[in-house]
Amino acid sequence: MKAVVTVMPKPAILDPAGVATGRAMEHLGLKGVRSVRIGKSIEIEVDGATEAQLHEIAHDLLSNPVVEDYKLQILA
Amino acid sequence: MKAAVVQFPGSNCDTDCEAALKSFPGVEASIVWHKETSLPGYDAIVLPGGFSYGDYLRCGSIARFSPIMAAVRDAADAGVLVIGICNGFQILCEAGLLPGTLLRNNGLLFRCEHTHLRVENTETPFTAVLHKGQVLDIPIAHGEGNYFAEPETLCQIEENGQVLLRYCDASGNVAPEANPNGSLGNIAGICSHGRNVFGLMPHPERVCDPLLGGTDGRGIFQSMIEAVQQAKA
Repeated sequence: MKAVVTVMPKPAILDPAGVATGRAMEHLGLKGVRSVRIGKSIEIEVDGATEAQLHEIAHDLLSNPVVEDYKLQILA
Repeated sequence: MKAAVVQFPGSNCDTDCEAALKSFPGVEASIVWHKETSLPGYDAIVLPGGFSYGDYLRCGSIARFSPIMAAVRDAADAGVLVIGICNGFQILCEAGLLPGTLLRNNGLLFRCEHTHLRVENTETPFTAVLHKGQVLDIPIAHGEGNYFAEPETLCQIEENGQVLLRYCDASGNVAPEANPNGSLGNIAGICSHGRNVFGLMPHPERVCDPLLGGTDGRGIFQSMIEAVQQAKA
């Protein structure tokens, strides 16, 4: 099984790294930058796992539910 | 008091904590590797600072699943004193033993400097020998110390008196300018609802010897030692 877990800071959480990166984009001449949010993409290849198990891993280990949301995509 | 200092791969304040504890008469302290699965007979457990597992994924997120953590959780549930300093605080939050979490510093800088801390509550095993409103000078050294909790959680810990230390200026004013990392409410350290688990970003073990520039960290360890003595008396 191949899966991708995307972890993003929750909308209400300030992402200072995203803000700093957005400022650098403006510095490079990109106009109208409204928001930059930085998250993580985690690619997993695993044998014999269930989708429920991957959700558990994504919730307990790969993301911190206090400040992050995750999305699980099963690719194959 | 018999204390265990848990050593994770990437801990780097473990021997400082051990040395600070051993500087108190009658305190036994030993380093316990994170692969151990039990913590028998310890009165206090220290999760030291450092960069456990290289801060991969999130600070403390992998250490939280180290084999020793089940024993730490059992000890915390049984009322044993658990103190997490810096990375140890991050691990306790990840483990759910303390509410909230530590985000990246709001200015993105790694802040390594002395801070002033106001003591907010002295009715805990970690602050009993201190005075309410006392200002401590204890250094910080972190990139992810920006305390965050959801509004309801924050409200609960404030109402329950779980905020033990706040960043302040030298006169004890909790001002935005004295906040090194963006922590909500200038929070530098909180305890659990049951008062026996304490997490703080500043490093009390680094100011336990006049040779190292101060002794303001000693009150926290002294409080723990006296709490253990009283519990045994």
